Amino acid sequence: MAAGSLLKLDDYRQVAPRGAVDILMRIGERLRGRRFVHVSASRYGGAGVEVLNRLVPIMNDLGVDTTWEITIGTADFDQVGRAVTRALSGTEQVITEPMLARLHQTAVENARRLRLDADLVMVHDAMPLGLVDQRGSSGRWVWRCHQDLSSAQPQIWSALRPVAQRYDAAVFSLARFATPLSIPRFIVYPSIDPLSERNREMSRAEQAAQMDRLHVPRDKPILLQIGPFERLHDPLGVVNAYRLVKKHHDVRLVLAGPPPAPGGDVLSDVREAAGQDPDISVIVLPPDPQIELNALERAATIAIQKPLKADFTIEVATAMWKGKPVIGTIAGGIPFQMVVNVTGYTVETVEGAAFRIRQLLSNPEMIGRMGAAGREHVRRNFLVTRHLSEYLALLAHLTR
Amino acid sequence: MSPTAPFVFLGCLELNELLPHEAHDARELLEQLERVPVESIFCHTSASLLHRPVLAEAYPNDFALWVGTEVRDVRLAERLSAVDAFHAGSMERVREELVATISDHLQHLGGAPARTQGKRFRFFQMHLVPVPTGHQAHTLAELRDALAEVDVSALFYHTIEARYRAGRGRGDFAEWVAAALGRPEVADRLAHIDPHAGSLERIRDRHLSVLSDAIAQGGA
Repeated sequence: MAAGSLLKLDDYRQVAPRGAVDILMRIGERLRGRRFVHVSASRYGGAGVEVLNRLVPIMNDLGVDTTWEITIGTADFDQVGRAVTRALSGTEQVITEPMLARLHQTAVENARRLRLDADLVMVHDAMPLGLVDQRGSSGRWVWRCHQDLSSAQPQIWSALRPVAQRYDAAVFSLARFATPLSIPRFIVYPSIDPLSERNREMSRAEQAAQMDRLHVPRDKPILLQIGPFERLHDPLGVVNAYRLVKKHHDVRLVLAGPPPAPGGDVLSDVREAAGQDPDISVIVLPPDPQIELNALERAATIAIQKPLKADFTIEVATAMWKGKPVIGTIAGGIPFQMVVNVTGYTVETVEGAAFRIRQLLSNPEMIGRMGAAGREHVRRNFLVTRHLSEYLALLAHLTR
Repeated sequence: MSPTAPFVFLGCLELNELLPHEAHDARELLEQLERVPVESIFCHTSASLLHRPVLAEAYPNDFALWVGTEVRDVRLAERLSAVDAFHAGSMERVREELVATISDHLQHLGGAPARTQGKRFRFFQMHLVPVPTGHQAHTLAELRDALAEVDVSALFYHTIEARYRAGRGRGDFAEWVAAALGRPEVADRLAHIDPHAGSLERIRDRHLSVLSDAIAQGGA
């Protein structure tokens, strides 16, 4: 992101929809001098927060005085925060009153330390949620929840809901991730940065060099799933779909994901399932693998996203941006990024995935057509410029 | 906009608010349609043009689309498709037509309405933040040239929003061409561009065609 942070909004003219950058510059003029503060518990840990690396400089470039504050806490606070995050995602946790008190106390301490006077304060995710208890009388406060709260652990959410309702509004990534609240709820989809290392154009030579480094030959059509080696992402199901396809088409399967967390991962099962098949590549990605992912997605023929449960899964949009048809499940945000039967297919089973892959491989003109439609769909709906426009609309709407 | 003023192009940013109304079947859809703010009806009918994907959907409004693809009641979906938000006269009238269509369908249905097998219908309302695009026009030629350049949201703001929600006559382009340029025949042609063209880009293309023809025939 280092080189990318030098980018200006003007650079996006080459990729954004016609006129979109002009509108952003004009709204920037209107909002010039207003102060917008983002607060999160980390600068990393999800596309929803990491996009601020790009949004914050551009907002400042536009004249909106924007800062990004990070809360700090002790190790035990981090542990509580992670447990709360897991509970809100629906994984049963034991969270005690003292743990919730720790969360609150850390918020109080951070509120004293951070500069939170602004026209709009946007607090990202659950860990800094309690900052709102220290809000002053001026400025509007918005809770930006990147998580899916639809199956949150009830007793934990019952404790946090009153805190969330002290905000002026909440922003969710999908309607299906939202939970009932007494405050206005807005929906802002995550986005991809088309000029980032992950998504920028890449020469064939650079792509080939990356693929060689990852030891992936480019001699056959490549089916690609990017995602954690966890049961919820069903890499074994993807291997089974590949095997069904392999009876009819000579293809290669690439499964790429970050190093698995200790315990409960399925990497060894995937490696065992891959067996001695030289056409299956199981790639454990290095830290910050933006260029590697860019090369893999560009080399792929068809992108697969077959999680059983998922968050927004912005990887669908990143693959579509590179002109790839996507075969995905209906989990999380996957179907909301696709135009079904136009940019790809939704499936519910291994057999369904295999059928759609075969259908595409047997009709290669469909691959090109769907890929082109997907790129255009992403251009209109999932670029960072759209994300920026919605945050600025929120600033204008709430501080009018 | 006074008759002698230049045409000032405004685009718009949008913000989508999720309302506390949702439906799992046609009966719940009917109940909620009677309760939601009229802005939500606009959001799911005329304004769905703003989100139209690269290829037109099978149905022209969100209600028909949901009934057709999630509830799989094609008969009702087809009937809801026929509710024309662009010719109803007002959004309240659109609401009445939607309610009447679903009520009639339910009356003639043998049993309980089918429930969605997938997504529930969630009602939204849209907040628009108008923004000057920086483009102005004093003549037909300038109007055409700017129209070719502006963000697609300006098309939405000056045609769909102006005409079907804000009640600004036949839309801002037609009104200005008639009043400021004294070209009622061109205004008529602009006002008759079918919003069902498929997408805002197609609506843009049709405006450009009308303006180019008018310039070729009668000067800029």
